[in-house]
Amino acid sequence: MEPEKSSNGANHYQNVACPFCGILCDDLEIGPSGSGLKVLKNGCVKSVAGFERPLVEPKPQVDGKDVSLDEAIAEAARLIRESRLPAFGGLGTDVDGVRAVIALAEKGGGVVDHALSDAQYRNFRVLQSSGWVLTTLTEARNRADLFIIAGSDVHKLHPRFFERIVCNEASMFSDNPPKRTVVFLGEGLDQSAVTGKERIGEIVTLPVKSERIAEVLDAMRALNKGATIPGDDIGGLPRAAVDDLLARCKAASYGVVVWAPPSLGFPSADLTVQAISEFVKDINLTSRFAGLALGGNEGAVSAGAVCGWQSGFPLRVSFASGKPDYDAERYAISRLLYAKETDLLLWIASFSPDLTPPDTDVPMILLGTPSVKPARTPKVYIPVGTPGVDHAGVMVRVDNVVSLPLRKLRQSNLPSAASVLEKIEAAL
Amino acid sequence: MLIKLTGGKVYDPANGVDGEVRDIFIENGRIVSPEPTAKVDHEYALHGRVIMAGGIDPHSHIGGGKMTIARMMLPEDHIGNEVARTELTRAGVGHAVPSTMTTGYRYAEMGYTAAFEPAMLPANARQAHMEMADTSIIDKGAFVMLGSDDFFLRQLAAKADFSAIKDYIAWTMHAAQAIAVKVVNPGGISAFKFNQRKLDLDEKHTYYGVTPRDIIVNLARGLNELGVVHPLHVHGCNLGVPGGYETTLATIKGAEGLPIHLTHIQFHSYGTEGDRKFSSAAAQIAEAVNANKNVSCDVGQVMFGQTCTASGDSMRQFVNTRSADPKKWVVMDIECDAGCGVVPFKYRDKSFVNALQWAIGLELFLLVNDPWRLFLTTDHPNGGPFTWYPHLIRLLMDKNFRRDMMQKINQDALQYSTLGSLDREYSLYEIAIMTRAGPAKSLGLVDRGHLGVGAWADITVYDDNPDREAMFTTPELLFKNGELIVRNGKIVKVVNGGTHVARPNYDPGIERSLKRYFEDFHTVRMDNFRLSDDEIINGGRGSLIIQPTRARAA
Repeated sequence: MEPEKSSNGANHYQNVACPFCGILCDDLEIGPSGSGLKVLKNGCVKSVAGFERPLVEPKPQVDGKDVSLDEAIAEAARLIRESRLPAFGGLGTDVDGVRAVIALAEKGGGVVDHALSDAQYRNFRVLQSSGWVLTTLTEARNRADLFIIAGSDVHKLHPRFFERIVCNEASMFSDNPPKRTVVFLGEGLDQSAVTGKERIGEIVTLPVKSERIAEVLDAMRALNKGATIPGDDIGGLPRAAVDDLLARCKAASYGVVVWAPPSLGFPSADLTVQAISEFVKDINLTSRFAGLALGGNEGAVSAGAVCGWQSGFPLRVSFASGKPDYDAERYAISRLLYAKETDLLLWIASFSPDLTPPDTDVPMILLGTPSVKPARTPKVYIPVGTPGVDHAGVMVRVDNVVSLPLRKLRQSNLPSAASVLEKIEAAL
Repeated sequence: MLIKLTGGKVYDPANGVDGEVRDIFIENGRIVSPEPTAKVDHEYALHGRVIMAGGIDPHSHIGGGKMTIARMMLPEDHIGNEVARTELTRAGVGHAVPSTMTTGYRYAEMGYTAAFEPAMLPANARQAHMEMADTSIIDKGAFVMLGSDDFFLRQLAAKADFSAIKDYIAWTMHAAQAIAVKVVNPGGISAFKFNQRKLDLDEKHTYYGVTPRDIIVNLARGLNELGVVHPLHVHGCNLGVPGGYETTLATIKGAEGLPIHLTHIQFHSYGTEGDRKFSSAAAQIAEAVNANKNVSCDVGQVMFGQTCTASGDSMRQFVNTRSADPKKWVVMDIECDAGCGVVPFKYRDKSFVNALQWAIGLELFLLVNDPWRLFLTTDHPNGGPFTWYPHLIRLLMDKNFRRDMMQKINQDALQYSTLGSLDREYSLYEIAIMTRAGPAKSLGLVDRGHLGVGAWADITVYDDNPDREAMFTTPELLFKNGELIVRNGKIVKVVNGGTHVARPNYDPGIERSLKRYFEDFHTVRMDNFRLSDDEIINGGRGSLIIQPTRARAA
């Protein structure tokens, strides 16, 4: 399709990758509309909100007063230089943004952590203690005959997950692919995306409290090994329902358990992820099964991956001593702020306005999309562009395998977070 | 600026130079032959020193998702192995699975100027290249994995026109920015997704009905006809299986004279003799390699201590999870494209099996007689981290040292290996072949791996220390593209290495079926799957080194 020019310099684009959730759908069609962008095809509530946000280009500010970019950068550098332990948080940015913030944190002797690390750590702890068998989006889309959605409101986090991965009509392995079973293991999970869909055979609802999912999985694991479990109730579910679920798992040619760590917001939820993972491992002794972890919005996956390959650790790393120092509790930025162990917060939020910086009296440097509204006036505010809208970039998808190129879709004077961070580092 | 390296003993096998005292001149990054009257701007007096081209590691897992899984899984690999930031170098960590920048520094400090990631999944190519871009100093390149990807298996099962298969191979090399192609457990990674637990050379994939032999022959022939210099890089069936040597011999025979490279051949040289049904078949494998000039290999030497295995071979790695140490591991099915298995491992010198693995690797080194067809690797980090290379070189060059080391290992294991009877000692010339000239020739790296006029000045200068481990651990000088990077084992300058790629011709018509395939089945569009040159160059942080291919045949 020929690009058509519009007044704001935006063209008509196909195969656009969307940075507004961890799935990174890349089949969007986006065109110009008035002074902004319009999602023409394959949009969802998140992508429409993100891409169609009007472009505003406020000036950088120091103490709430407009300044030049250079002045803001100089002030940010001064604050970092004088800080005892700067905290580099939020990290809602792309791969180059994470690269730049780690370089800056190294030079400035600070801590790096992502705003959504609490959720990601429900997975990281399992990776670091026992591991798992996982699959990826394309593999699940073509291969799975059984999906178990474990305690996660997937539809809210990823509005097109079911459409693209579960309800797809074509499969690589059959011209007439078998219908799929979808089990919702949890309370109040939105089933609307699979209800009445051609590809879906059966929908099974097992309303178990999120905190008790691990009990169900552990019991199935034990039953699978031939253990006897007393009682008629397992994790609050009738025993027959659990027996039935286990039978389905064993009969599946390729079952997939889906969970989204952000949905598992209760204490020690990593143990639930571990129960899922250990169950999946065991089923694999005789048939094929895999986990599929979702979530990872706001650039969380890119932040974990880049920090992983550059520092060896998945975030919550301090460079205060010059060496990477890793402590998943101590270097959680929320804790550092609470305990006043940091005296400066640099917060990056270049995707959605939801990634609001924490309400803290610790001085803050905010690198935010103009839609981010902090509770207090930051010491330094530098508006930045959104990767995949205002500038090009790359992000890592939620399955930690695929990464996608993001395009610049409109003329914008908003700098990338990466370029601002590099300038701050140079000015240190 | 004209630089002169004066009076060193030069080991440059590509040009037949075996320890001759020669002067080397460098200008504009390359080795030159200046006019006798030319003014030398800087001279290094290197009398008595040993000079070789920069080391080239043709098989080292340095970049890609499975390495970052390993890094994130193993904080215990890093804690105690942290490296502080300096004015020149970035912070980092790691022993078996070091962070990216640290990986680059360690290679440079060891006298190496290039390393090749051998298992880049097409679906993960972008991340692999981003990680390699963050691997400092050294040049990189990657072998793209084919053979368990559904597009290729569909082509094979449908008996597609062979030129279309070649088009797809070449397209994938372009799309993934690769220099070569690797096949891992041919068809087996896909078969595992269909719940097959083993796939022998002539066993059929339950869904596609093709065999590993079909896959190897098609890929090997395809690459040969595409004119790609490095032959098909084969991680065969039955890795680590006692008796697997028979598969390896059959694979060599099955290549029907086509060039193939058998990688980490140590893991594919196990017999079934003795009480433990585990023995060395290195002699049989070496005999076959010696007799078949179309075959090259690298060893994948096992070294004792903690490491982490990371492989595309999800089928075999799932079995190996039983031996995970510590007890955690990751196995993945990936994108109708490939898979991976990350399993930490500790090789123990007192273990019968591990000691025998160590002995088998050394036997292979000592029994294969042509160093141009045998490369020095530990399959980093699978057999052990690459930082073991100096120790390994000493094991090969110093039979007394080797005997001392043999005393320390499980003695029963030695009864099932011929190692004790082997007296061969490698010469510096042979080491230079195995670690420089041979890999450069095999990979088709123009102007690398040698010290002739016109070559890029990637040069390592060593003290001629009789303790070869000490010698190769700490080179005195390392030049990369003519710039001094390392002095006495310490980095004095940091540069960004380039990325080697090869670009065989293809008919762009293949994109019609690929585009439809991606749209129908995948979650990524073809245009986004493909990596652009700009992504590698990334505003000047990286660069592309396009290596030539021979003319495509048909």
